[in-house]
Parts: sequence; structure tokens; C-alpha cells
Amino acid sequence: MAEVRAEMVANVWKVVVSEGDTVSDGDTLVILESMKMEIPVMAEDDGVVAQLKVAEGDVIQEGDLIAVIE
Amino acid sequence: MLTETLGPVLIANRGEIARRIIRTVKRLGLRAIAVHSEADGDLPFVREADEAVLIGPASPAQSYLDVGKVLEAARATGARAIHPGYGFLAENSAFARAVIDAGLVWIGPAPEAIDKMGDKINARNLMESAGVPVAAGTREPVTDLSLALKAAESIGYPVMVKTAGGGGGIGMSVAHDDEGLAKAFEQAARAAARFAGDALDGPAVLLERYIERARHVEVQILGLPDGRVLALGERDCSVQRRHQKVVEESPSPGITPELRERMLAAAARAGEAVGYLGAGTVECLVDADAQDFVFLEMNTRLQVEHPVTELVTGLDLVELQLRVAAGESPEVRAATSGHAIEFRVYAEDPKRFFPGPGTITTWEEPEGEGVRVDSGYAAGNTVTPFYDPLMAKLCVYGETRAEALERGRKAVDAFVVEGPKNNLPFCAELLDNAEFVTGDYDTGLIARMRGLR
Repeated sequence: MAEVRAEMVANVWKVVVSEGDTVSDGDTLVILESMKMEIPVMAEDDGVVAQLKVAEGDVIQEGDLIAVIE
Repeated sequence: MLTETLGPVLIANRGEIARRIIRTVKRLGLRAIAVHSEADGDLPFVREADEAVLIGPASPAQSYLDVGKVLEAARATGARAIHPGYGFLAENSAFARAVIDAGLVWIGPAPEAIDKMGDKINARNLMESAGVPVAAGTREPVTDLSLALKAAESIGYPVMVKTAGGGGGIGMSVAHDDEGLAKAFEQAARAAARFAGDALDGPAVLLERYIERARHVEVQILGLPDGRVLALGERDCSVQRRHQKVVEESPSPGITPELRERMLAAAARAGEAVGYLGAGTVECLVDADAQDFVFLEMNTRLQVEHPVTELVTGLDLVELQLRVAAGESPEVRAATSGHAIEFRVYAEDPKRFFPGPGTITTWEEPEGEGVRVDSGYAAGNTVTPFYDPLMAKLCVYGETRAEALERGRKAVDAFVVEGPKNNLPFCAELLDNAEFVTGDYDTGLIARMRGLR
């Protein structure tokens, strides 16, 4: 199981995957936006998206849980 | 003075540039009106304005980009002129027209000039016909990938891919082959849809021949009501990350006096071709080896890095903008002396340059001879993720480049920012970098420093 957390304060611009999706290492899960920059958040393992904790338009803080890959 | 007829002046912007404009507006004896979002209520520009109006929530679309709310604030406060700063609505011709239609003075060029230059494809074609050199590239909007692939074939890789309406490096990338082009095109098209401010019928993308060892050098111009267009020296903006400027200096250490003279003359011609009024910037790419240049784009507004020009000319460009907007044609001494360097202090980590918003716990600005700091924040303020990461501009001046570099080192050391991540350590690193110190650098400098190339 791998937790994917936010590296910085950001707005969730786009959610690319859904819970239950199968993903591979390097796949984009969500795209954040902070200070006019798009920041893709990627899976660091192969697996299934067990939990997805953010929705488009959310403001998230550094360290917040974005997704869990199993 | 005619400028008396301008006040009160409403500044439709935020952060360091709003504060900097307020300073000149007040010095000229005019009232300064700020507008701000809910996220910015505690920032210095709000406090330093004579009057401030809350115009909406943090999201730029609902505050700084909302034409109706800005105009309503102007009406409510009795403002007679609007200064847009840079970014946000500064190059939005519909806003400029709305300001004029509301009976207010627009502190900027005519909306028609913004339209002609705002579309990068149109601007490029117009410059070519005015005798300004341009890079090989597309003359019509490229609206889908198959057209882009065809264009790249005739231009030859590498190509620069950008949005016709974009600015600030957003949506720009270099493609070295067909596969890279597919990615770059998709990115540009997405940026066009998101940041273009006005709705487009489809993505309008532009492809140009990419110069590998290029310097980015721009010329400050000033169009006067009597028809003259002055060239007020150049700025070298080759220190860039993600195609966005980090450090600018004037004069450029990478061009010969002969090339400088040709560039200044071409920039004035570019301004004359659109009947340009007020402050504008003609951006060029310089092939450092060939000592030749091509037109890149024209910015129809005050530029972020304008203090560099102010330090070497002794002029106040905001004052000149106001005087031109009031109909004056002031006598301006275009000569430059000494050397100025600007460091953009960004809220970002100094290694990968990723955003690092946060609350400022310590903020100590350097002072001393030849040091100017234009900042948007103070201790206790929060740098939020809603706007661009520029916290301050640290500018240094010296009689020579060596003196400016030395003052830069001391000033960077003395600048203390705690709380948000910031790139001051990068600035210090740059000031010890051999390429930068000798002046023999190009737009690939930061990528080389980070081992990315």
C-alpha cells in the first residue's frame, strides 16, 4: 500500500483517475495547481486506486493525503 | 501638470506591482485606490493605498480578472484613471475598451495596439512587414496536431511551441521530434483554454524555429502622444526556468554595441508600426554566436523587470506612463549609465523551483547604496497558492557589472525570508556561477546548473 501526499499547498485542478482504477508507476493521478503552475501527482507503484481523497476545486495543504494505491 | 486630471488612480493589480505603482501615484500628488481579493487584505499594497476596495474571493476569475467588479470599484471611489500593472487584465483589450467606455483614462496603449500585438501570430506577421527580423515559423494559427506536424517538417526541428494568446511562458515548450511535438501541442492547447483570459474558438498555437544557444534580450520602448517612439535601452532576461525569467540585467553583457544599436532601432520601428503609446517591451531572441536577433513578441504593458531600466536611465517609467496617458509628450533622456541587475525572489524551492506558499515569519530586506527592493509582502503575511510566486524584486546597481554583482552578493546574503520556501539560495548560487559571472550565458543556464541538460 502506498500513500500519495501533497508536497505543497495547492488547488486540485483535475482528478484524472477514479477509485478502483488500475494504475502503473508514473501514471498521473491528479493535477494540482499552485501559483499558476500545473503539478501532476503521479503513482509511484503499480496497483489499484483504493482511496481517492480529493475532488476538483479542493484546496489541499502540504502533507494532505491525496490517494492510496494498493 | 496634465496628470492632475488623472486622479484618483485605481490600480487593478496586487502585490509588489500595485505597491510600486501606488508609490509613484502618491508622489505625483494623486490619490491611489487599491482593489483586492479576500486573500490579500493584509498585504502592504492595501494598507499603503489611500483607499482600498474588496472586490471578491481569492480566485482571480472572481476578483482581479472580474472586469465588472473592477469598474464598479472605480465608480464607487470616483477614480478617473485605471492602471492595470502587468498580468491579470493588463493586456486584455476588452477591459481597456470597457475602461474607456466608462469615461475613464486607460493607462496603457490603445486597445487596437493591444489586439495587434496580443495575438503572437498577428504580431509576428506585422513585425515582418515593418522590417523587423522574425524567426522561421507559422503565419496562420495551428489548430490541430496534423497541421503542427506538417509545419514542423518545413521549419525543421527543434521548434518552439506556444499559444498565440498566451504570455509569461505558460504553455510554451520545445519539441525536438514528432513525439515531443504531440506532447508540446497538447500542453499548449490546454494552456490556451485555461489561461487565455478570453474564450478561443479552438486552440491557436504557433510554431517557431528554436534557437539553441539564445539570449533573451528585450528593448523598453515609450510611445509619446506627439508620435515619437523612444527606445530606452535593453534588458537581458536569459536567466530563465520553465521559460520564465528569474534574473534580468541591463545592459546585456552578451551583445555588441553595433547589435544593440540595431535592436533599439528595430524596437522603435516596431512601436511606430502600431502607433504605440506609453510603455511597452519588444522581446527578441539573440543568437549569441552569430550576433543576430529575431523578434519574439511585444508586451503592451509595464514589464515586471522595469526597475532595471529605471536604475540605468534614472527615469520613473510609471510616472512616464501617467504623463503619456494624460496627453503629455515629456522630454525624455534615453541615455543609460552603469549596470543594474534584478533578482526575482520567488516563493519556490531553490532546487526544483516548485511552488512553496506559506506564512512569512521573518522578512528582512537588504538596504544600502545601489540596492532597491520592490516587495509585495511583509512579516506576518501569507503567500497563497492563488497567484504567481513573485514575493519581491531585489535590484542592485553599480557603476560597472562587477560592482553590481558584488552588491548583489551582499544584498542576497542580507535578505532574510523565513516561512515560505524561497529561491534566495539559488540567487546566491547564481552569483557564484562562472557562466553568469563572466556574462557569457544563455537561456539554457539554469538547466545546466541543475544538470538537466
